Amino acid sequence: MPFNGMVGWAYAAPTAAIVGGLFIAPLVMMAWMSLNHWPLIGDHDFGGLDNYRAVAHNDLVVQAVGFTLEYTLVVTVVLTVLGLGLALLVQEGHRGVGIFRTAFFLPTSVGLAAASLLFLGLYSVQIGPLDPFFRQIGLAHGEIDWLGTPASALFSSIALIVWRFAGFDMILLLVGLSRIPTDLYEAARIDGASWIQTFRRITLPLLRPSLAMVLILTITGSLLAFDQFYILTRGGPANSTVSIVIVIYREAFTRFNLGTAAALSLLTMAALVALNSVQLRLLRGESN
Amino acid sequence: MTVRVARNIPFYVVCVVIAAVFLFPLLWSAVASVQGQAGTGQSQGVGLGNYQVLASFGAGLWHYLFNSAVVSTLTVLGTLVVSTFGGYAFARFQFPGRRALFLLTLSILMVPYATILVPLYVILGLVDLQDSLIGLSLVMVMFQLPFATYMMRISFEAVPREMDEAAQIDGANTFGVLYRILLPAVRPGMITVGLFAFLASWNDFVAPLILLSDGSKFTLPLAVVSLEHESFGVINYGALEAGVVVTAIPCLFLFLVLQRYYVRGFMAGAIHG
Repeated sequence: MPFNGMVGWAYAAPTAAIVGGLFIAPLVMMAWMSLNHWPLIGDHDFGGLDNYRAVAHNDLVVQAVGFTLEYTLVVTVVLTVLGLGLALLVQEGHRGVGIFRTAFFLPTSVGLAAASLLFLGLYSVQIGPLDPFFRQIGLAHGEIDWLGTPASALFSSIALIVWRFAGFDMILLLVGLSRIPTDLYEAARIDGASWIQTFRRITLPLLRPSLAMVLILTITGSLLAFDQFYILTRGGPANSTVSIVIVIYREAFTRFNLGTAAALSLLTMAALVALNSVQLRLLRGESN
Repeated sequence: MTVRVARNIPFYVVCVVIAAVFLFPLLWSAVASVQGQAGTGQSQGVGLGNYQVLASFGAGLWHYLFNSAVVSTLTVLGTLVVSTFGGYAFARFQFPGRRALFLLTLSILMVPYATILVPLYVILGLVDLQDSLIGLSLVMVMFQLPFATYMMRISFEAVPREMDEAAQIDGANTFGVLYRILLPAVRPGMITVGLFAFLASWNDFVAPLILLSDGSKFTLPLAVVSLEHESFGVINYGALEAGVVVTAIPCLFLFLVLQRYYVRGFMAGAIHG
């Protein structure tokens, strides 16, 4: 290293300050809050494991964990398959393929909150274009209740997420596809391998790191889903789309129990860190 | 040529249909925001009635746009300054705790965003930055740091050390080397970092929702959502879609102009997985 050590610290000091003050300190604070009765306004007092007991006895938490896992499973399967399909579709050098890539990818630049509001309009009875369209082609009669039943609310949220994230996964997988050496495909072609054989023996195994990345990002993102269930479905109908983070938010800011919210946050974080390290280990094991 | 195009017709048909599905919601929201519709700010004909409703809602559209611009500017500048200095330190200096600090910075990614906002809310209260655009921006900078620091570190590492050494021989100090020699070389990395920071801070919803309580401090996405949530069942969908359009346009524009820098960020992430 050409430069003296302490000078390095001077350049790294802003990073250290932000990481220490806004990352480490909140983590410690979270642990401390979870052991206290901590109202939104006013004094807090030590409560031991009371908050954790409250979490364990909260029926909504159990329901939210179940719903979040179900949602995560469906979204992960649908998004990964669609992202891979899109990547394979626009991978090759057809004329004008860049325009299609941009079109599929464009929704990624719209924020999730704005996208949720956009879909709220799309699904609305007042100005939504979907009902007239489906009536026109004879697939529906009368009004379609896009958000009114637990099943339709789940489906409608997933449609929003697929629209917003499929292009994102496509780009990640396109980067992975571009790293597969073309002479492997050439050799397979000379050997007379079919498209399915080439896909299973070459594409899928060599795409594994990118696929694993897509899986990790999708699973983490889905387990922490908030915007779509706060804005589009508002957790309804009848709390059927209440996700874990929605419970944390409600616990803190509508029930004013910051302590319980912190306990639930800590448990969620521990579960995710554990899950991510398992996934990362699998990923590393596979790429070696 | 004609034969090749003819053989590819099914491909283009499939692509056009999928592209239509992806583009339709965006185009529809633009049309719905200006088209006449009962129960909206534009009851008939085509016009900007919904945008007028939006302009006079709450503290006013311009006010919310200003708040969003302040937060985005502070986040982009803050992220660029911290991650450029940090990336330089990690790429070019050996100092005690270097590896630990870098890993700690990356581990921000492991911690779910939404779950540390509740303690952050309390901590910002201790230093009088609760309900403040500056406090919100600092939190956004923190969340940008893992990607930004990583991106700037690999950008600096891609520059040959001989360039630093030549400048040092000419008498430049470490800051001179950074400012005159390295900054021009890492500019593409900085554009990528800035673009990601802008899109994240302009669009974020959860952090403003939790950290801001005074309605006049709301950022644009938060204000448009409250337009919906405070309507008690009679939602003005026209004004809502106008809000979506205003929120989305800067992002779509920047994205289309800077697309290759955006994809660069993905490539950087994919190298190390």
